[in-house]
Amino acid sequence: MNVYIIGIGLSAPKKISPEVSFREMIYEAAEKAYLDAGIEPKDVDTFVSVSEDYEEGTAIFDEYVPDQLGAVLKPVHTICADGITGLASVFAQIKTGHFKIGVIEAHSKLSNIKHHFHVHAMALDPVYVRPLEVNPYFVAGLEMGMFLDSRGYDELDTAQVVAKNKANALLFGRSPFGSFISPEEVLLSQPVSDPLRELDIAPNADGACVIVVATEEIAKERRGDLIKIAGIGFAEFTPNIERWEGDADYLRVAAQKAYSMAGIRNPLNDVDFAEIDDTFSYKELQHLEAIGLARFGESADLMREGFYDLSGQLPVNTTGGNIGNGNLSLMNGLRAVYDAVLQLRGDAGNVQLENPETALIASWKGLPSSSGGVLILRREG
Amino acid sequence: MKFEGTPLDSKQFAKELNVEWKGKLEYEWDCGIALSKFMEGLKEGKILARKCYACGRVMIPPRMFCESCFRPTDEWVELKDEGEILTFSVSFVNWDASRRKKPEVPAVIRLEGASENMGILHKLGEVGDTLEEVLKNVKIGMKVKAVWKKEKEREGAITDILYFKPVKRKK
Amino acid sequence: MAQKVAVLGAGLTKFMRRAKETGKELSFEAARMALEEANMDISEIDCVVMATAPDMFDGVHMKGDWLSDGAGAKRKPYMRSYVGGGSGVFAIIHGWYLVASGLFDTCLVVAEEKMSSTMPHPQGAFNAIYDQFLERPLGVNLLWIFSLEMMRYMHVHKIPLETIALVSVKNKKNGLDHPCTQKGIAGNYTVKDVLNSEVIAYPVHRLMVSPVTDAAAAIVITSEHEAKRRTDKPIWIEGVGWCLDTSYWTNRDLYYPKYVEYAARMAYEMAGIKDPRKEIHVVEPYDPFAYKELHHLEGLLLADKGEAPKLLEKGFWDRDTKDGIPSCPSGGLLGVGNPIAAAGLMKVIEIYLQLKGEAGKRQVRREVKRGLAQAWGDLMQVGTVVILSK
Repeated sequence: MNVYIIGIGLSAPKKISPEVSFREMIYEAAEKAYLDAGIEPKDVDTFVSVSEDYEEGTAIFDEYVPDQLGAVLKPVHTICADGITGLASVFAQIKTGHFKIGVIEAHSKLSNIKHHFHVHAMALDPVYVRPLEVNPYFVAGLEMGMFLDSRGYDELDTAQVVAKNKANALLFGRSPFGSFISPEEVLLSQPVSDPLRELDIAPNADGACVIVVATEEIAKERRGDLIKIAGIGFAEFTPNIERWEGDADYLRVAAQKAYSMAGIRNPLNDVDFAEIDDTFSYKELQHLEAIGLARFGESADLMREGFYDLSGQLPVNTTGGNIGNGNLSLMNGLRAVYDAVLQLRGDAGNVQLENPETALIASWKGLPSSSGGVLILRREG
Repeated sequence: MKFEGTPLDSKQFAKELNVEWKGKLEYEWDCGIALSKFMEGLKEGKILARKCYACGRVMIPPRMFCESCFRPTDEWVELKDEGEILTFSVSFVNWDASRRKKPEVPAVIRLEGASENMGILHKLGEVGDTLEEVLKNVKIGMKVKAVWKKEKEREGAITDILYFKPVKRKK
Repeated sequence: MAQKVAVLGAGLTKFMRRAKETGKELSFEAARMALEEANMDISEIDCVVMATAPDMFDGVHMKGDWLSDGAGAKRKPYMRSYVGGGSGVFAIIHGWYLVASGLFDTCLVVAEEKMSSTMPHPQGAFNAIYDQFLERPLGVNLLWIFSLEMMRYMHVHKIPLETIALVSVKNKKNGLDHPCTQKGIAGNYTVKDVLNSEVIAYPVHRLMVSPVTDAAAAIVITSEHEAKRRTDKPIWIEGVGWCLDTSYWTNRDLYYPKYVEYAARMAYEMAGIKDPRKEIHVVEPYDPFAYKELHHLEGLLLADKGEAPKLLEKGFWDRDTKDGIPSCPSGGLLGVGNPIAAAGLMKVIEIYLQLKGEAGKRQVRREVKRGLAQAWGDLMQVGTVVILSK
């Protein structure tokens, strides 16, 4: 039994959003998603939200999920993971045959956190790592250094990711973070945790996203192209950062499952474009290699040749990724799914690709985690 | 069957190797449209609710969308600052589990003008200092009225109402 | 279409006020024990799910990821679900949908709680469950929400405190027979003992409240064909249900848990149960406070509104009842301990053991073929229900 995305809704990413509460912001995304899907929330059988208490500043944030989704007195639960892993939860529920329509929600109010790195610090191991009292960005700095060393890359290699994504974002026009910037200019930005610099880091943003998923039967009642979830996978590597080898193993495992489900043997051939987590610039290259969209040590060269440009063989982060759209924390994966659906439907405006059919979306839970998910979407009809 | 686990008493626990961390977790939450207006109302000594024309409910805490009808709400309604007690309790414990001599009396109060069961959480005052006194003076269904902070001390917060006190019935 | 899903093994750690073990170590011990009973190795596990309540207890953000290695999830599909106190029973529901979907054949379900890390007292972590705009500034306290609900429940049905105290008496006595019981929790108390205990937030007395606990629990669940080739005595998951009510808890009449009823109905429908009072033979409703057991039994439709207390007085819910439905034969949270998520899974494990006839001194007297475990959570909001059968 196949499962389809039938509706998407977004409260567009902004630097700050003081005029709306998180409830009002999510309501906007939900309204849009239900309108797009042609349903009412009372038609929905199950709701999943992704959130983490410490980012909300609320214990058991799950309590505050149902109202703005129209999900009161319905099956609702929270998954503490990235957006694609949350979507996998809805996908699995529908596959049991007991649910016909499901909804996944994610949002960010990062602007409401006064000292974000203090929240990040709470995720560091309390016995072995936190007492070192180093700004948590060091984890990204260390991993970036390890990644660059192991591949023989340099900082210009990762800086080109920033240039590409900010340019795509500027072209697409939705985000406040788009700009024309050269890789050399990236290297002039403030060092944060060598070799990581300020411009290597996706800037925090607020927003909300709701996606509606349904069975084939219900999807076929709608007009327009069908967007099928052809494959999905998710995995955890290890929270012990000392064990990391710079390879994003969590995506390798997740991708295996997604490819297997989608019947994809050669991703470079079968995938038309990809939306890949780039919360830190090096992550885009690391993730591309982990999921086989580049061989080990080749992603930087491919990027330099324009392989991943909008006009290239395999466009990556067509609307700008997280660097171009903002770091929306657990919502990053869903924002990427949203943009992938826009592409597949032909609604991607200035960054529209020609007739894309198969999209790959890869998300990462964010600093300092080692978990993520991979999604393959196929347009039918 | 062997069940693993090494229980420690409080003395052992204090002696065991441990690490402490005091986080700096501060948040400034956006009130948004509904609550900003509500807070402004409190500063002016008013209690505001929102009405949904579809279900007819007059809702407090006010909200810009009705979670029941899933549509935007329609109108601001000012409620009286008097109402009835839906439920209450007499608490002798602080947030950190330490004990109190004088009880706190939290209550859910339905203000006049709000729909059925539409209560808010607040505290009761002037109802007694011991369990016996409070149980004698407070009954579910009893009418109470807000005691406000002086106008210039109000901040636009729920604490602009100090507490609710019993309304003396006129015989 | 849905695959049938079975429970093959279970593990529990001791329930402790303060454990020496870290959350990861507790998870490992419970997981290892469950795998042992199921006669499986971690490499045969396709995915792992974790349930654990507020991150603020352990003081670790992204607590699910942090615990993942203790739960055997390295390089595996892994998810942590979170519905507050309902998480322990939700854990098995979570594993159920992952296996029933056909995506995975085997799943290790782990529930962990280490409350003792929070200083000055774990109760303080609960302040942040309340609305930050209109409730936290009042100096809120976890106990308020229970005492307010208990007061409302007692008022609507005119239930005497003595009857509610009977729940503590029953469960703390039952808990004496549970091998993992937290020290100092179980015992032969009388109604008088309970009512003489300190009033913490009237009408709640100290002996009506479950304690703070560290512990972990785990179960192994598999698809039908895996279960059939590994065991002769699979215990099947027949029905699951869950439901979340509005966060505006002050807008609800707290005397009745509608969300438990909706969750129960969902589970009954899935299990094809038309008359729960006849078809459920043993039940483990969530009992963090004494009155809650009765509140939930009514929500589960096992007693009419206001009737559960009267049935309690008649011994209907006793462990050795012949015509009634034994409730909390484990001793529940009042009699064994309350490591939030692990407590819920402990109740599921109790039903599993009762159905297998392996509950030892806690084995109920009447014949049991089908049992139900239920947990509650959030702001008087979530009901999670699972029905197991043999």
